[in-house]
Amino acid sequence: MTTSSVRGLTETREIILCCGPGGVGKTTIAASVAMLAAISSPGRVLVLTIDPARRLADALGLKGIANDVTRIDDATLAAAGATPRGELHCAMLDMKQSWDDLIVRHAPDDRTASRILSNPLYQNITGRFVQSHDYIAMERLLELHATGEWDLIVVDTPPTRNALDFLDAPARMADFFSSRLLRWLIVPAKGGLLGFAARPFTQVADRILGTQFLADITDFFLSLQSMYGGFVERARAVSRLLSDERTSFLVVSTPEPAPLREAEFFLRELASRRYEIGALVLNRALPPTLSLAATEVASDELGRDTASFATAAADELGLDVATAERVLGVAAHATREWAVVARREAAARDRVAHEAPVVVTVPSLDDEVGSLAGIFTLAGILGDAA
Amino acid sequence: MLDRRLLFVTGKGGTGKTTIAAGLAWLLAASGRRVLACEVDAKGDLAAAFEAGKVGFEPVKVPGGPSVMSMDTEASLREYLKLHLKIPVVGRIGPLAAAFDFVATAAPGVREILTVGKLCYEVRERTYDAVVVDAAATGHVLGQLTAPEAINGLVKVGLIRSQTGWMLDILNDPATTGVVVVTTPEEMPVVETLELVDKIRETTSIDVAGVVVNRTLPELFGVRDEAAFASIASARPGRLSEPGFDGVLDATRHATSRRRLGAEHVATLRRGLPEGLPVAFQPYLFTRAEGLRATRQVAASLAGELT
Repeated sequence: MTTSSVRGLTETREIILCCGPGGVGKTTIAASVAMLAAISSPGRVLVLTIDPARRLADALGLKGIANDVTRIDDATLAAAGATPRGELHCAMLDMKQSWDDLIVRHAPDDRTASRILSNPLYQNITGRFVQSHDYIAMERLLELHATGEWDLIVVDTPPTRNALDFLDAPARMADFFSSRLLRWLIVPAKGGLLGFAARPFTQVADRILGTQFLADITDFFLSLQSMYGGFVERARAVSRLLSDERTSFLVVSTPEPAPLREAEFFLRELASRRYEIGALVLNRALPPTLSLAATEVASDELGRDTASFATAAADELGLDVATAERVLGVAAHATREWAVVARREAAARDRVAHEAPVVVTVPSLDDEVGSLAGIFTLAGILGDAA
Repeated sequence: MLDRRLLFVTGKGGTGKTTIAAGLAWLLAASGRRVLACEVDAKGDLAAAFEAGKVGFEPVKVPGGPSVMSMDTEASLREYLKLHLKIPVVGRIGPLAAAFDFVATAAPGVREILTVGKLCYEVRERTYDAVVVDAAATGHVLGQLTAPEAINGLVKVGLIRSQTGWMLDILNDPATTGVVVVTTPEEMPVVETLELVDKIRETTSIDVAGVVVNRTLPELFGVRDEAAFASIASARPGRLSEPGFDGVLDATRHATSRRRLGAEHVATLRRGLPEGLPVAFQPYLFTRAEGLRATRQVAASLAGELT
């Protein structure tokens, strides 16, 4: 089932995942989609952000409390100009807390849980290296969705090296736990005989990493293995949820060439994996008048004939002619420069138009992330778009 | 910035760090140095900036420019094992790829240290006069830069541990190594730049060589001219009232407000950066902003800012 507007998506889906290249305003768009849902229909809406800018977090009333869900009350929304029909809640993802929760949930007993939580490798994986964030964000989504408390969850996907990493994270996690290598490594620790196949590997690993470190790794994964079944089941559930018909992807980009290329690649990958593409949002677009042919004609005319334009302006407004001429000359020049950019953006937009059922262009706003009012404005733009 | 032999160029996604890394590498190569430009995320954008086609672990020399390579941690491991283990590795470990994947997943920092290790190795062996790295984005670069230290903490013995010492010597020497943070005059990139510079200085001994503010817009009007434009734009005297001029006024308004906002963000950046840290500005490229031509343009304007 395809839906012909962003508003339609918010009314028919339970999960909307906002994804796309870095630096395009993904978090702001996610918040605006949630706002749109809350102002257009009754229901409980949650926006889950991964790493919001401080001003956006402040605007949303997020105070950095681990994994807590905060409701934006109606008075605050009213002050921003919004009349909500539903409830708007938001939450941040606390990576460390989410990992700890996950371990505690799946560990067979408290002893195993605390053994894992105190292992230096575990602390390193969760605290220092970002790859694990992809998985935990999806895990947290699953958990929130399973509570059944939300009519709609809008997710701002984590910043990754590759925007697709989070899609593959559940499968990677399952693969990892079922890998033969993991079993190779764990066999000797269980007191069994070191298999012939494993010998060259452990030999080399030992030379490179040292015995103590190998022992740490083994201990860590031996503890983790007790949670194998739970992990794999969860990972599969996450995969199912992503391809469920109640879930839709909203790809965010700017109309600039580099991010848009990444977004296009992403759209095709989503399509090839049979995930539902709900909409493409082109954020921070130049004013639409800039790419009109009439603008080019007008700026040429102004550039050629600056003096006569300036005389008219000076007469009517009591300005100094030299000032008027200088200002209008600059305006003509700036217009020609920006028109080039605008035409490039328009061409790029035409190229991607067929890649998503809905393409929404959002103009660049002076102050987009600073306030709830700005998010309300964006919600209006997203809601008006067909 | 240009005297260092190892430069890590990082920045928030979308700020143009690859373009700046390419420009720096081109600039250094143009001054007669042997330069290696290395991309760590294998997206191919750096090679595209030199129009070098598909580039792998084996460096490809760009005529008139640097040599370009794309980091491949498995190839790096293979090279490393060949150098350090006496056994013919490739024959002995059949599924090296699988084994490597496992070790890299199991032992955090291994992937990163193979990247950083290879780069430090090139610096140590002096195969090149300078190595410019199109490094990971702001969120990930610390993991890369601190990998040797992390490994030092986790691994007590073994080959890798014995290798971290000389890497740290190279990384922690401010005359040799520096981090260049690329930003744009926008809110989020500036916020992330300030956070990253703080974090690098707090948690590592690696020197920040400078900040490059990419896509800086020219100032259109002084205060008086801006007021004059505002009155012209609202009254629209003479032919300016024709609808064809809507776009002209929109464009000029857009250009001035973007410039003004940008200047505010640059002011925030300057206030937040440690005193004396070099800040270089790169103009917004209105024409084609990609490919070798753009790289040479960036190099030329970096030369103006940095030399």
